Amino acid sequence: MLELKNISYTVDEGDNSKTIINGLNLKIDDGKFVVITGPNGGGKSTLAKIIAGIIKPDEGQIIFNGEDITSLSITERARKGVSFAFQQPVKFKGIKVIDLLRIAAGKDLKIPEACTYLAEVGLCARDYIDREVNGSLSGGELKRIEIATIIARKTSLSVFDEPEAGIDLWSFQNLTRIFEKMRKDISDGSILIISHQERILKIADEIIVIADGKVTKQGKGEEILPQIIGTDSAVDACSMLTNDGGNK
Amino acid sequence: MEMDEIQKRLIEEVADLHDVPVGAYNFRANSKLVGRNTTANIDIVSKEDGSGIDITVKPGTKKESIHIPVVISASGLKEVVYNDFYIGEDSDVVIVAGCGIDNCGKQDSEHDGVHRFFIGKNARVKYVEKHYGSGEGEGKRLLNPGTEIHMDEGAVMEMEMVQIKGVDSTHRTSTAELKAGAKLYIQERLMTHGEQKAYSSYDVVLEGDGSSADIVSRSVARDDSYQKVDLCIRGDAECYGHTECDSIIMDNGRVLAVPALEANCVDASLVHEAAIGKIAGEQLDKLMTLGLTEQEAEEQIINGFLK
Repeated sequence: MLELKNISYTVDEGDNSKTIINGLNLKIDDGKFVVITGPNGGGKSTLAKIIAGIIKPDEGQIIFNGEDITSLSITERARKGVSFAFQQPVKFKGIKVIDLLRIAAGKDLKIPEACTYLAEVGLCARDYIDREVNGSLSGGELKRIEIATIIARKTSLSVFDEPEAGIDLWSFQNLTRIFEKMRKDISDGSILIISHQERILKIADEIIVIADGKVTKQGKGEEILPQIIGTDSAVDACSMLTNDGGNK
Repeated sequence: MEMDEIQKRLIEEVADLHDVPVGAYNFRANSKLVGRNTTANIDIVSKEDGSGIDITVKPGTKKESIHIPVVISASGLKEVVYNDFYIGEDSDVVIVAGCGIDNCGKQDSEHDGVHRFFIGKNARVKYVEKHYGSGEGEGKRLLNPGTEIHMDEGAVMEMEMVQIKGVDSTHRTSTAELKAGAKLYIQERLMTHGEQKAYSSYDVVLEGDGSSADIVSRSVARDDSYQKVDLCIRGDAECYGHTECDSIIMDNGRVLAVPALEANCVDASLVHEAAIGKIAGEQLDKLMTLGLTEQEAEEQIINGFLK
């Protein structure tokens, strides 16, 4: 279980300071598929980075499986079972897909096993295993590889920061199937996805709406979704064509 | 072949050899010849003045290899060697050269090797050169390789130049001239640490129509080391040239990249790319979210970069 207690985070902007997260409280139960949504600039991605340890909050506590992890580094949190998929997958020179999967799995992964992770995200392993994780891969391919690294880790908490960002509509349709499968296969671990996409919101056990650095709504998916549909917290896939998926 | 353990270890580092290789070879240790083998198609003879060797590959020789490693394990030894390669038309060979210096003494040890290549029409050469230094002595380990390449029509040469450990100072000078349709691919990998200094310059002239050169230099400068990389391509004909100089700096490392392109023909197409910077923070973050420590993440990024 993940619990965030009274988290605050402020950044300096020249002479002014801007509060991104403002005394936020949140609980994510085990075995749940939770989607965080809300208007752009509301603090969702910052929150995801705070959970992963990439950003340190100014105030508050993060409790993970009963342990206070607030002061732990990115590495320590990762080793305790927190996984984080970047909104913009990071590119490397010379590091191959197989290398990244091996690092993620924390062992000398054999090729057939690596292939199963790639197959889960819809990539033909033979074509990708020896490719470098660099700009020669498309946004959609990088995204899938990013997700494969999270699957390979098999941790108790997986956080995905806007998996729909930066990919085309066709790739997105395929991606949602991966999340639908994850939803089906979920056991003890929990999955936390930041997304505006109706198709992702529809399969959520729980939806959390964050605006102005606070939780403004939280509840079962079927209760919250009707309240937010049609707003920029829940867009259908076609609107990605006109507004870039709300990714600004 | 008579070699001690240090010499064997150096050979392993510079030539990936655990045993005597198949094919032609010439092993040199502490300025003395310790082993040589020639084949029906590849001849190796010492120059009359003793300054080096001539390697001659018969036209049409296919899928043969030549190993010419040099090791120095004596402190205070300085040598200058000239090796000339005559590669016959339509042949296809792999040449593995390299120099390892182990200096446990107080005096500097130095190897200056000049390799000249005369590559015949439509011949293909893969050339791998590794440099390595070890030893705890105060004496410096100095390596100054010179490479001179003459490529006839349609010849293809792929070069890998690697120096990633233990060489205190290196001045690397490479020149090439390419006739019509010749193609040259160079991959350089360089890492300096401590107080090391490395200078590497390439001067490539694309003389003939349809010739092309692709030079990619990747380097890492750590601690207080310094690197200067000059990549110069001149296009005198309808040709294509590309250079890329990509460096990671760490600690107090310094890098000076000096790209130069000169087009003397309206159909010459020349491109240069250069980038110097520290390891991107997000690369470290990504690998740390996969469970690596910051130091482990750094190693992975550098290993990949220099692969």
